[in-house]
Amino acid sequence: MLITERDKLSSEIGALADRLGRTRSSLIPMLQEVKRTHHVIDSFTMQIVADALEIHPVEVHSVASFYAFLGTEKQGEFVVRLCRTISCDLADKDAVARQLQTNLGIGFGSTTADGKFTLEWANCMGMCDQGPALLVNDRVFTRVTPEKVHEILADCRRSFGVFAPEHKEEHLV
Amino acid sequence: MITSTVGPLTFSQIEPEAGLKAALAMPRADIIAEINKSSVKGRGGAGFPLGMKWNFAAAEQSAEKFVICNADEGEPGTFKDRVILTEFPDLVFEGMTIAGRAIGAKNGIVYLRAEYTYLRRQLEDTLAKRREQGLLGKNVLGRDGFDFDIRIQMGAGAYVCGEETALIESLEGFRGEPRNRPPFPVNTGYLGRPSTVNNVETLADAACILAKGADWFKSKGTEKSTGTKIFSVSGDCEKPGVYEFPLGISIAELLAAVGGAGAKAVQVGGASGICVPAAQFSRKIAFEDVPTGGSIIVFAPGRDMLQVAHNFLDFFVDESCGQCTPCRGGNAKMLEGAEKLREGTLTLAALDELKELAETMRIASKCGLGQTSSNAFMSIIENFGDEIMARALTQSEPARN
Ligand SMILES: Cc1cc2nc3c(=O)[nH]c(=O)nc-3n(C[C@H](O)[C@H](O)[C@H](O)COP(=O)(O)O)c2cc1C
Ligand code: SF4
Repeated sequence: MLITERDKLSSEIGALADRLGRTRSSLIPMLQEVKRTHHVIDSFTMQIVADALEIHPVEVHSVASFYAFLGTEKQGEFVVRLCRTISCDLADKDAVARQLQTNLGIGFGSTTADGKFTLEWANCMGMCDQGPALLVNDRVFTRVTPEKVHEILADCRRSFGVFAPEHKEEHLV
Repeated sequence: MITSTVGPLTFSQIEPEAGLKAALAMPRADIIAEINKSSVKGRGGAGFPLGMKWNFAAAEQSAEKFVICNADEGEPGTFKDRVILTEFPDLVFEGMTIAGRAIGAKNGIVYLRAEYTYLRRQLEDTLAKRREQGLLGKNVLGRDGFDFDIRIQMGAGAYVCGEETALIESLEGFRGEPRNRPPFPVNTGYLGRPSTVNNVETLADAACILAKGADWFKSKGTEKSTGTKIFSVSGDCEKPGVYEFPLGISIAELLAAVGGAGAKAVQVGGASGICVPAAQFSRKIAFEDVPTGGSIIVFAPGRDMLQVAHNFLDFFVDESCGQCTPCRGGNAKMLEGAEKLREGTLTLAALDELKELAETMRIASKCGLGQTSSNAFMSIIENFGDEIMARALTQSEPARN
């Protein structure tokens, strides 16, 4: 990371800490915000967050690594999560899974080389009556078919349709 | 949309803020007395009497207390809280405000699961509107000295954070590892302060009870399981969705209403619940018979019950917080057993060992996750022996020679 980028991230985290309060309870909301805008919680981030809250960076790491929606790996701009729990399983989530893997050219738990997509499994996402269900970042898609997968990913790629705001946000930051 | 079989949907018949107004017109102790009289039990799964919980929290002397709404809804097959929060958010916030008045808290927190981030904006808007209307903030509804406000904090993707002490750990910025109980959250909760943790639906029910009275609430349901309940129905049925049924409904009646007649089994209570075979469909869904947080998953005759068990065990291995050995190691062993059953390479001796292990997990795990995670697998082994054990019997013989 360039020094100027580091400085920028530090001041961003400082502002976040001021806004949320420099208490331990702010740790997860801070990490969520960093993850949302930068798609990664790296060791530099952990150090700065730890300093802001006056805790050890190991504490930050232990929390980041515990939660499925945080983690310490760099993720793509679009995190695609397919529900694998029972009702979606019965509704043939496997067909959707195959299509996702084929279209993205990666397996579950990986990120595309261009940094655009991360593909992950998710546990029950509360759409059991409308499975198979898929989350793309914060958006939920239900009754997903292999054909729909194609459309959803194409919209992400072009930052089109429902994903247009996502794109704007990216560039405003 | 919630489909009701008890006439018009209960939640839509409640006059807005009638419960809160009634609560503010009575002494604090009377609010809890009314809840107690209704005998309403927690809708999140554990079924703890609400009045008792509020009473414990109210009895504590503390400068600060908290009302926490558990919107973590992670139990497989459960999605009714999402629908309640979408269609009746005011009722839930009203219930939280009543709880604040009853226990003497000024602050409420909604712990909303990360998967429901898309609900947040709408909920924040509802909160803002309530502040404008004087339903939140300083001197709620003009009542001198009663200040109450609510904030939303997001979860980060961990089923175990639905367990109330893990939820509190998460709110405080820690890993979602359940605490030993006692002390209970009503004594030592968020930031060490007395806190009542309640399910979304329980809080909405509290608002209804204050609005229409305990006797009205008790007129539905059974003696030990009063009131109606919201169910999440999915799996092999014609009309999956969210339903209101009176507690005490038999599984057969429920199946008839959702177009699931002819099912081979029903999973009641999600992955941590039990699998009920067709022969037992006359059993009642109530705290005294088959308890549930409202998750109903229907399995058609063609389904492989071992696949079901396998799916649940995968879930628990993934979601165990890893803090205690019976659960961390036990679930992995259970999953291994299910895999061997699938391949037909599990010996009967190993099967017996799994049953013993399940008992150990039930007794020695620290929280409800490990205490219940083997239930579904065990009830599938017990009730679908023909389907599952046959593979073990025939296939395990060569291994013994
Ligand atoms: C592993 C685990 C997960 C749980 N998840 C939830 C949940 O998502 N929502 C919920 O309301 N209760 C959940 N509970 C139950 C809570 O610990 C607690 O009993 C409940 O929030 C109390 O509210 P109630 O009395 O209103 O039902 C869970 C319990 C365990 C052991
Ligand atoms: S039973 Fe499982 S989830 Fe609960 S504390 Fe132990 S390891 Fe964690």
